[in-house]
Amino acid sequence: MLDQLEALYREALEALEGASDDEALRGWEREYIGRKGKVTLMVRRVGELPPEERPAFGRRANEIKRELQAAFEQRARQIEQEKLARELESGAIDVTLPGRPVQVGRLHPSTQTLRRIYDIWAEMGFQVYLSRDVEDDETNFTLLNIPPHHPARDMWDTFYTTRPGVLLRTHTSPGQIRAMREFAPEPIRVILPGMCYRYEQISARSEIQFYQVEGLAVGHNIRLTDLIGTMSDFVRRLFGPERKVRFRASYFPFTEPSLEVDLDCILCGGKGCSVCKHTGWLEIAGCGMVHPVVLRNGGYDPEEFTGFAFGMGPERITMLLYGIDDIRYFWGNDIRFLEQF
Amino acid sequence: MKVPLRWLKEYVDIDDIPLEELVRRLTFAGLEVAKVRYVGVPEPGGASGREPHLAWDREKLLVGAITEVRPHPNADRLVIAVVEYGGPEPEYCVTGAPNLFEYQGKGPLPQPLKAVLALEGAVVFDGHKNDGSLMKLRGRKIRGIYNRSMVCSERELGISDEHEGIIILDPDAPTGMPLQDYMGDIVLDLDLTPNMARCWSIVGVAREVAALFGRELRMPPDDFSPTGPPIEGQAAIRIEKPDLNPRFMLGLLRGVKIGPSPYWMQYRLRLAGMRPINNIVDSTNYVMLELGEPLHAFDYDTLYRRAGGKPPTIITRLPKPGEKLTTLDGEERELDPFTILVCDTAGPLSLAGIMGGLESEVEDTTTNVLLEAASWDFISIRRTMKAQKIDSEAAARFSRGVHPAIAERGLRRCLMLMQQTAGGEIASGVLDEYPRPAPTVEVDLPVGSVGRLLGVDFTAEQIVELLSGLEFRCEVKGDVIHVTVPDHRMDIGSGLIGQFDLIEEIARLYGYDRFEGTQIADELPPQRGNIVLERTEMVRDALVRAGLQEIITYRLTTPEREALLTPPGARSDWPDVEYVRLANPISRDKVVMRHTLLAGMLDVAASNLRYREHVAFFEVGKVFIPCDAPLPDEPLRLGIVMRGPRRPESWLGRPDDDASPMDFYDLKGVIESLVEQLHLPEVTYRPSEHSSFHPGRAAELNVSGRNVGVFGELHPLVCKAFDLGDMPVLAGEFDLETLIGLIPATYKMKPISRYEAIRQDIALIVDEAVPAAEVEAVIWEAGGQLLRGVRLFDVYRGDPIPPGKKNLAYTLMYQSYERTLTTKKASKVHAKIAKALERRLGAKIRA
Ligand SMILES: [Zn+2]
Repeated sequence: MLDQLEALYREALEALEGASDDEALRGWEREYIGRKGKVTLMVRRVGELPPEERPAFGRRANEIKRELQAAFEQRARQIEQEKLARELESGAIDVTLPGRPVQVGRLHPSTQTLRRIYDIWAEMGFQVYLSRDVEDDETNFTLLNIPPHHPARDMWDTFYTTRPGVLLRTHTSPGQIRAMREFAPEPIRVILPGMCYRYEQISARSEIQFYQVEGLAVGHNIRLTDLIGTMSDFVRRLFGPERKVRFRASYFPFTEPSLEVDLDCILCGGKGCSVCKHTGWLEIAGCGMVHPVVLRNGGYDPEEFTGFAFGMGPERITMLLYGIDDIRYFWGNDIRFLEQF
Repeated sequence: MKVPLRWLKEYVDIDDIPLEELVRRLTFAGLEVAKVRYVGVPEPGGASGREPHLAWDREKLLVGAITEVRPHPNADRLVIAVVEYGGPEPEYCVTGAPNLFEYQGKGPLPQPLKAVLALEGAVVFDGHKNDGSLMKLRGRKIRGIYNRSMVCSERELGISDEHEGIIILDPDAPTGMPLQDYMGDIVLDLDLTPNMARCWSIVGVAREVAALFGRELRMPPDDFSPTGPPIEGQAAIRIEKPDLNPRFMLGLLRGVKIGPSPYWMQYRLRLAGMRPINNIVDSTNYVMLELGEPLHAFDYDTLYRRAGGKPPTIITRLPKPGEKLTTLDGEERELDPFTILVCDTAGPLSLAGIMGGLESEVEDTTTNVLLEAASWDFISIRRTMKAQKIDSEAAARFSRGVHPAIAERGLRRCLMLMQQTAGGEIASGVLDEYPRPAPTVEVDLPVGSVGRLLGVDFTAEQIVELLSGLEFRCEVKGDVIHVTVPDHRMDIGSGLIGQFDLIEEIARLYGYDRFEGTQIADELPPQRGNIVLERTEMVRDALVRAGLQEIITYRLTTPEREALLTPPGARSDWPDVEYVRLANPISRDKVVMRHTLLAGMLDVAASNLRYREHVAFFEVGKVFIPCDAPLPDEPLRLGIVMRGPRRPESWLGRPDDDASPMDFYDLKGVIESLVEQLHLPEVTYRPSEHSSFHPGRAAELNVSGRNVGVFGELHPLVCKAFDLGDMPVLAGEFDLETLIGLIPATYKMKPISRYEAIRQDIALIVDEAVPAAEVEAVIWEAGGQLLRGVRLFDVYRGDPIPPGKKNLAYTLMYQSYERTLTTKKASKVHAKIAKALERRLGAKIRA
């Protein structure tokens, strides 16, 4: 019977070799080592042996059972691996096909630039002060040292409303007066973002409405060199540390001295191109020391306080940053434009 | 302001200064060089190609001398100019220049005419095409006569558009000299800010250049010998409004011969952008460009005649009612009551300081010239300029301010030039009415104030040196510099303002490029933040996270556009208030400040539908509501517009549900996500009947009992009015200021249970009229402590649910913070909820 067992063992091993999938494997298991399998049944027949042969048969039978079980498991693993390998092989996809579209929300590019501007100035202690769009002539002009009929009024083409003395602010500068009157005699460091309006035909270069960000610092010891240092830091933070910044004389009625801030042309690197009008420089902001008349109108004694102010256009900055050649894109809100930012 | 460099160099020596350096320093000093024009000289670095440019060939474009003008044998309208230029043989140029015809057939000229000779091979502009194209001279026969060179017009040389005749140069032009050397020039085009009135003249610019480079300024000569009888008795002046006309002067020149001015004068006027007229008018314009004093020449005999054969009296006054004046441009003008006029006893002669009248103008027959030099109140000039819409060179200067002292210099210089160019005899003396002498401005400048403002300390000596360059007279008195302002500086004030004005001059002359930046050393003001901005940005971020694109639209619109938000015939639910209306709109579609964001947003949606079927926008911005105060309310609003398929199309297709158009619940989901991200308390939704929306598909958003806006599916007629196609359009507008005011300053984290949750479903049938929100409220109320979640997973109508009823199915989640919940315990609560639904809402529980 031991011989029969050995023969059965060899037969089982051979059969296991031939089982090549899950089903055949389960069949083999049933046939040989299952509860009614040939090996199991033969082992049960141990009682038919004379008692002295039983221990040897029993030992060998257990050995064979263990080995067959081990062989079965190994074969099962092998088949599993082969199956996985086959599946993986046939599961290849074209990874160059486009992905499933995700609907992403975005901020308008002007908002994005405004936030960059807020962030940089916030680190320098400048907080945001919001002011109105519809202004009175007094705050938009006269209190800013631009009396009626002054030649400087030509610098702004103004929308007037049907209410006498009420207009659409031409710049965020009237916010300077409002901020000063609110905070005097505290020192001030604010930026004033907001929509401004100019009576101009809409073209690639000019819009009737546009954002502006004004800045104002007032204190006991605010100097021109502070303005130059602070503006230079700002411009380099926004456009990159390698950029060149220059200051040149200009004129704004509400500052004195008044300066223009130029950045070396991003597009041509200073060699001259149509964007920089072949000068190699781009006007990026106007600034200056707050005019004594404006300080006084804001409630600060110009003998005691000094201040600086600046103004810049987020759309212009955005145009320079991304090479946008037409300002009409901003309020045109074409998704094909907006989704690029 | 156009500044030809050869002209500038008459007053200041700058030959040794490279052009680049000159441009740089001027620009830094606030005289921005906007453009550099190269006239006949090569452009450094080669032509930019921006504008047609011609460098005059030094070998082939020369000063020539026309020694004889011969008739053309075969053509009446052509002549042959014999031109010497220093070559072995003269050149014979066939030309049709009308200004040579008078010399034709007169044999050798006693005094040769100097002209510009272009030799064979020279490149010039094509005078016939006049489109900036160049041509190269080649020998050819013109009407049987061989011709290879030519005498040039201004157009052919790129000087001006003039092509009526050839250039006749002044007699002293050296024959044979390359034209480039004789009159090649560079013209700086300066962009002058309003405070730079003093630089609206060549001398003014020269003064700045002299100060910037530490050079001497040479004033032009104005000496002449008056040989005529005294002007007194030949004319008189009466000023009626001295505040508007502080000074008025007259000079008289008799026996002039009107003709073209010398070429050097014409050429300079051209380069400066003016058109030569005749020697008298050109002299006045020349002096205006040179010194900044606009002058006016009258035909003396016309005035004499108007005065009834008596010496004229010039009167400056305001108009009488109904008075009119025909100006030089032929326009008959109604006069505003504020317009100051130059008149005689017979009536108005000119718009003072702006434009002359037609009648008293200098003409070809004029022999006696009365010359006016005056000063005017610049505000009065500005008002008239605006009212009459005239922007003359004279007005440009007077409207920016010209000091009365300059009138005298201008008058003398102009009399001298008129005599030089037109002959005649200058009357001795001038008439000078000066009722409002300009005060001399003096400023005490503390030395320390300069450093206080600029951050760089200057010594008294440095300050004096810088200011003296611009003709400020300085006297150091201890710590204070006593500064006397020169009369051409009307922009310098007195007192503290004067100090600031002077400090700016010091900084400007010193050069802003020499200041080193510093960090602000002053104390940092209190840091308060800006809660409105911060929360507005939170709202923006929340909506971006919800997948919406921000847009920014025009804040200007029309009432008609906004009226389209209400279906025709319906009663509008938009507040009936006035608009902030523009007095001077620039286009018909932007005449008022908006009341709502939606009209503009829907326009943007419609224009994008040409490219995209799916849009999902939001905008944050102000609307404008007039109120009792002079200035309107400017409340902040949030607008949302969505439309199109729920998911974008792709090669993967889209699941059935996602191909369908977005509906009310897509918008509701966005709003719920917004409300949740902002942690708004006590949010409820109520049906709204707002006129802009589809009846029964709009809701009011309430936060803490306050209505903060309406949203829903737009009324189909509104969609139609805005051309938005057939798919439903979802829209909403919210009172952002109220909404962000309700955002809690902070909120507490809700604890998370560590124990397992039990989920049980409940389905119930209720009346159609019972809102889901009410069902949910009852569930929560009855659920008590252990109820953690309520999720609606199905709404069903139809068989076997009876008509007028609906089936709602919820998954309820029960969980305890203390222990693992038993099913028994959960079921108890579940049963309690079921009972409450039955009792309170008459619901029939199905499971
Ligand atoms: Zn460039």
